[in-house]
Amino acid sequence: MAVSAAEGIDIRPLNLAAMVREASITALVVFALAIGLVGFETLDVPGGVAIRTRFADVAVVMALAFVGRIALILLREHRPRPVLIVAPILTAIMLVLLLSETIFGSESGAALKRFMPFHDPVVLWGVVAVTVILAVRAAYAQTHVSSSLTLEERDARMDRIGAGVQRAARLLGPLLLGAAIVLPFMPFADRRVLDIGVLVLMYVMLGWGLNIVVGLAGLLDLGYVAFYAVGAYSFALLATQFDVSFWVALPFAGLMAGTAGVLLGFPVLRLRGDYLAIVTLGFGEMIRVILLNWYSFTGGPDGVSGIPRPSFFGLAEFSRSVPDGTAFHEMFGLEYASIHRIIFLFYLILAMALVVNVFTMRIRKLPIGRAWEALREDETACRSLGINPRNTKLTAFGIGAMFAGFAGSFFATRQGFISPESFTFIESAVILAIVVLGGFGSQIGVVIAAVVLIGLPEFFRDLQQYRMLAFGMAMVLIMLWRPAGLLAHREPTLRLFGRDKKPETNS
Amino acid sequence: MLEVSGVHTFYGNIEALRGVSVSVEKGQIVSLIGANGAGKTTLLMTICGNPRATRGSIRFEGQDITGQQTYEIVRKGIAQSPEGRRIFPRMSVMENLQMGGVTTDVAHFDKDVEKVFELFPILRNRRSQRGGTLSGGEQQMLAIGRALMSRPRLLLLDEPSLGLAPLVVKQIFDVIQNINRDGVTVLLVEQNAYHALRLAHHAYVMANGRIVLEGAGRELLANEEVRKAYLEGG
Repeated sequence: MAVSAAEGIDIRPLNLAAMVREASITALVVFALAIGLVGFETLDVPGGVAIRTRFADVAVVMALAFVGRIALILLREHRPRPVLIVAPILTAIMLVLLLSETIFGSESGAALKRFMPFHDPVVLWGVVAVTVILAVRAAYAQTHVSSSLTLEERDARMDRIGAGVQRAARLLGPLLLGAAIVLPFMPFADRRVLDIGVLVLMYVMLGWGLNIVVGLAGLLDLGYVAFYAVGAYSFALLATQFDVSFWVALPFAGLMAGTAGVLLGFPVLRLRGDYLAIVTLGFGEMIRVILLNWYSFTGGPDGVSGIPRPSFFGLAEFSRSVPDGTAFHEMFGLEYASIHRIIFLFYLILAMALVVNVFTMRIRKLPIGRAWEALREDETACRSLGINPRNTKLTAFGIGAMFAGFAGSFFATRQGFISPESFTFIESAVILAIVVLGGFGSQIGVVIAAVVLIGLPEFFRDLQQYRMLAFGMAMVLIMLWRPAGLLAHREPTLRLFGRDKKPETNS
Repeated sequence: MLEVSGVHTFYGNIEALRGVSVSVEKGQIVSLIGANGAGKTTLLMTICGNPRATRGSIRFEGQDITGQQTYEIVRKGIAQSPEGRRIFPRMSVMENLQMGGVTTDVAHFDKDVEKVFELFPILRNRRSQRGGTLSGGEQQMLAIGRALMSRPRLLLLDEPSLGLAPLVVKQIFDVIQNINRDGVTVLLVEQNAYHALRLAHHAYVMANGRIVLEGAGRELLANEEVRKAYLEGG
């Protein structure tokens, strides 16, 4: 019998038959999943579609699932030693195979490659990652007294970590801000990095805007992208039809989106929870369909093109030569570089996002902001305290929509072209996912979630279809470990008398 | 001060109040006792406009408030500590109190909080704790304190003794008496008939949506029927 470092842990004799049965069931489930997804591949051939079978791959997948399950059972039964031996060996073999061409030269390397179970390097690295994780877990189990925490204990621990991160966030916030400010001047900050930065910041801004509606006021809004669209089209049409500049149109676009928010909010805000979510989803789609079909006004599916780029606060343009006016590089005596515009856009969206953040932080301390939070907790109690729930909700809805409108006009001026395709439901879902994964109401959580959900997939665009797999994986993991969101810990905003001590436990 | 006359209230087709008339004089504590389902809570809620009275009228300081919205009614100087306390569990004690004072001038805030802490010293120690982590008695104190933050002239209390230990119940009722001495009129709904009648200037007994008995608190406490029905258990 294996001697575990743990004492007092009940080590039952291994039931081999049960083990094999459990692993077989796992392999069977994998078979059911893999036979369709992996077993058949459709190929484009001249004159139609052909099907290629990949039954060998299915068999390999099943074998891996079987072995992996056995390893998990052994870990569960406090017998980490066999896993500790086998997992590193498997890892080593896989690594040798993967790196064979580098190690042995291309000729014998290619010969070895034939022994690899799959042909896609990403899948192979995935297998390596799993074996490494198993090995680490086995090593941990071997050296530590295994303590199986209950769900509550784990939750409490994660909450403590959340609270710790929240406290660290006071440092993390300025740190991230500093990083964002110096980013354009870093040597690695090429056009691609900055473009990703702008994109992430756009979603941070949208996330912070939606956080007012969902996180603070607790109104589940699935049609947030509608106000983003209203802002974008307001600016695009003003700019192309009436030649209004970005800086003049920006407040107007926000106003239009805010008004749309209030108008849509008025009839729907008597609904709560799921019902509100469904109606807002419908309104979001309605706006998109209107944009799509009102051809004479919005250009329908053709969209609006030729939207002017923002100028440097109306003082200078970002182009090589300006016929009547100043060019940015001439104004500052620089060499012309197309990246100047990107850097400007980066700072612009950073500033806009920060405005939303500062606004939210301030308003949370004001009666209206606290009324939003109270409304989220208990609407009936709020009413009996003299709060008008309808007006309070409408302000949250309208202000959230206004910020979406600002972000929308930034989107329009950045892209230079907009069409209804940019404002589909999936956008609303992604923004909502950022808020939910960040932890309702947490400002820094939104930033982290935006980086994880928008930045990483963009950065790993090379991985092609596995990108979305990683997106899904991130979602599943967060919901497993942190169902209330990454940083779902609420700090009181009111500290009175300036000498607030830790709450006393006895009195 | 508060004049409820001939009020009928329906939940759907069920008539919960069948012509209730209650009068509360300024400066008094008026208690409303009765069994479960007698309509006590419904009467308090109807005064606050949710649900609305289908017939009859409710006047507060001479002003008709029958059809008005809850938030309008409570802004006139009525505060309610609702059934089940309904504090905000994820907000701190201080934030809960601030929500109570949302309708009044911010300038009074510090003074009003100080007053609540004088009534309930334990809340001072708990002030940065989340509402949901307080004990039942502390939550009840917070609910009353929150209601007082709006500087009401009339305080409606719905079962402040619900689910509390006898010692805490006594404490709460002592505080209610103190609040009343400070000039706040109190309408108290209770199942704990002994305490409710002991400190009431005037009291009503409700059954099946009607007022069946009324009189001075001490008088009802001595009343044979009341003793049988509400005081001598079983």
